[in-house]
Amino acid sequence: MKLSCEVNVHHLTRVEGHGNIRISIKNGVVKKAQWEVVETPRFFEAMLVGKHWENAPYICGRICGICSIGHTLASIRAVENAFGITPSAQTTTLRLLLKHMETLQSHILHLYFLAAPDFLGTGSVLPLTKTHPQVVQQALRLKLLANDACDIIGGRRLHPTRTVVGGFTMLPEKAELETIRQRLLSSVSDLLASAELFKTFAIPDFSRETEFVSLKGETNYPFIGGALVSTDGVLKKEHQYRAMTNEYCKTGFTSKLSRLSRPSLAVGALARLNNNFPLLHPAAQEISISLGLEPVNHNPYMGNVAQLVECVHVVLDSVHLIDTLLGTPWQEPRQPVHAKKGEGVGAVEVPRGILYHYYKFDSLGKVIKADCVIPTSQNHANILHDIEALASQYAKAGKKDREIELLAEMLVRAYDPCISCSVH
Amino acid sequence: MSEQLSYLGVPLTRPKVGFFELSSCEGCQLQLLNNEATLLDFLNLVEIVNFREGMSERADTYDIAFVEGSVTRKDEIARLSEIRKNAKILVALGSCACFGGVNQLKNRFRDLEWVKKEVYGDFPIESMEVHPLADFVRVDLEIFGCPIKKEEVERIVTNLVLGKAVHHPEYPVCMECKANENICLFELGEPCLGPITRAGCDAWCTSNRRGCWGCRGPAESANLTQLEEIMRTYGFSSETLLDRLECFGGFASFTETIRSRGKKTPSKRKKP
Repeated sequence: MKLSCEVNVHHLTRVEGHGNIRISIKNGVVKKAQWEVVETPRFFEAMLVGKHWENAPYICGRICGICSIGHTLASIRAVENAFGITPSAQTTTLRLLLKHMETLQSHILHLYFLAAPDFLGTGSVLPLTKTHPQVVQQALRLKLLANDACDIIGGRRLHPTRTVVGGFTMLPEKAELETIRQRLLSSVSDLLASAELFKTFAIPDFSRETEFVSLKGETNYPFIGGALVSTDGVLKKEHQYRAMTNEYCKTGFTSKLSRLSRPSLAVGALARLNNNFPLLHPAAQEISISLGLEPVNHNPYMGNVAQLVECVHVVLDSVHLIDTLLGTPWQEPRQPVHAKKGEGVGAVEVPRGILYHYYKFDSLGKVIKADCVIPTSQNHANILHDIEALASQYAKAGKKDREIELLAEMLVRAYDPCISCSVH
Repeated sequence: MSEQLSYLGVPLTRPKVGFFELSSCEGCQLQLLNNEATLLDFLNLVEIVNFREGMSERADTYDIAFVEGSVTRKDEIARLSEIRKNAKILVALGSCACFGGVNQLKNRFRDLEWVKKEVYGDFPIESMEVHPLADFVRVDLEIFGCPIKKEEVERIVTNLVLGKAVHHPEYPVCMECKANENICLFELGEPCLGPITRAGCDAWCTSNRRGCWGCRGPAESANLTQLEEIMRTYGFSSETLLDRLECFGGFASFTETIRSRGKKTPSKRKKP
């Protein structure tokens, strides 16, 4: 059947920020298949110029409301690397725990509020409160746990207050951590129920081979700092991030885009999992396999499943991190900072993929140059190519307009794009 | 869900509510979803008809429009005017909407072309000087903060639904900080705008030992001269004070005052 179809999605819903999908198929031939990013730029990299170093994590955390903790931690890491500061073991553990809880809240927000309505045939989570109340309750419980933990460790679930260069302004009470530990253990049953729910979802059968980029774990599934790796065999050091991202501008995008060995690359939960599967907690590996996700998987819709697998990993790893913290007396929360001339890079795996912050400072510790490379900006070209492939595949299959529109929307949502972030 | 609500025996109509974002991090809207414990009750109080980040359905008639973000491009002026036209009550949600937020930091260069070039090089990109909503449309209510405080929003929305008046505290964050029995951050070596910033956040940052950066703008009778004196006493430079005052845009008149005294010249940059 020769298909003709017009898809015009202006400001896609249930994603963060403003993007459009345009597909035009005439008699089975794809005339146009586009992903456009029209979000207004905010110019964070310019805002920082001339500012004292302590402004950087505070201001740059505000690049994003969903992954503000990740931005703050990447920014702090860049400053610490520039000044030659090595955080204490206590700070490192607390930061990773905070990072885990951000990953959990963000993944749950995406899986239940943004993605699940598509699989359950609704336009939002609201009707699910009536048809699937237990599902909504599970989601709310998990998200509340993660957010409460972010409050306790970072001082606030959004735009954290306690995270500073050198450590933390203050530490959580050990009793609070103990409570979080209990709640994490209780949450495992909610995650297992989520896995059962996801087994009932029909993941679209679509695949396009791509290059996946992430941090490379040594002994642990990676989240903060370390080497950079791609499935095409590229290996770089943290400070060589520019060679890994190769940012460029393109008409139709207010965001920059990235490429490496191919015309596009992908970052995010699926990329992390593809590159570091053996380092996942064994229980997370087991769930991943039961959901049909094993490396290297090239189906972008499996990004949803990868996020769910990571939720299991971060919950179980957090219990371990809290045990470590509870087994050691508290040390000083922060170390003194001495600014000096230099430059530093901070690479952190935020929920949507690898994030880089770079700063160059003068001898007074003022920012001379700032650069932030955002996960979603690294994904944009890949989303674009996926939409082209999807349109061409489904044009041949003779799918209807609305079907293609929904599949294209679900495809973009599977990347969990943070568009405001990508434009920053 | 959806049972008929009443107040003092009078049935209440659930207002139609729309959420919109201009240039922002969408964090303030996210704060609304972050009300897990009370989210379902909150949703029952209103009828959400437009919330792009959370739902696919859209409608163009609403009683209350919550607008997050600042205006940084011409098309946003048109969108904002349209929202204003459709809404009975327009609420500026968060510091970006109220004051320009961190976005207005780029205005301090007074050279938009340099700003654009610094980030995008020679690639053409559209942008304008950052403005708060009230520079273009009538704003009925402002909810301050970066981010907004969820308890405060719920109280304000409840009052709006009930038709009760909405008042902001006139006193500074310092009062809430003292009430929380915190050690003064100046004593801990931290600069702080708590003495001049409008309260209502329950000293959110300072209770976490982070000095206030003034995201809620000035209290009703903010004493800048006194704050400068305190900052000097504790050994902080006027540059540190300026960094904080100019961060969210709420203290624009204050930063002008300090700069006009010649303590720091505006960071006018030459084109490279």
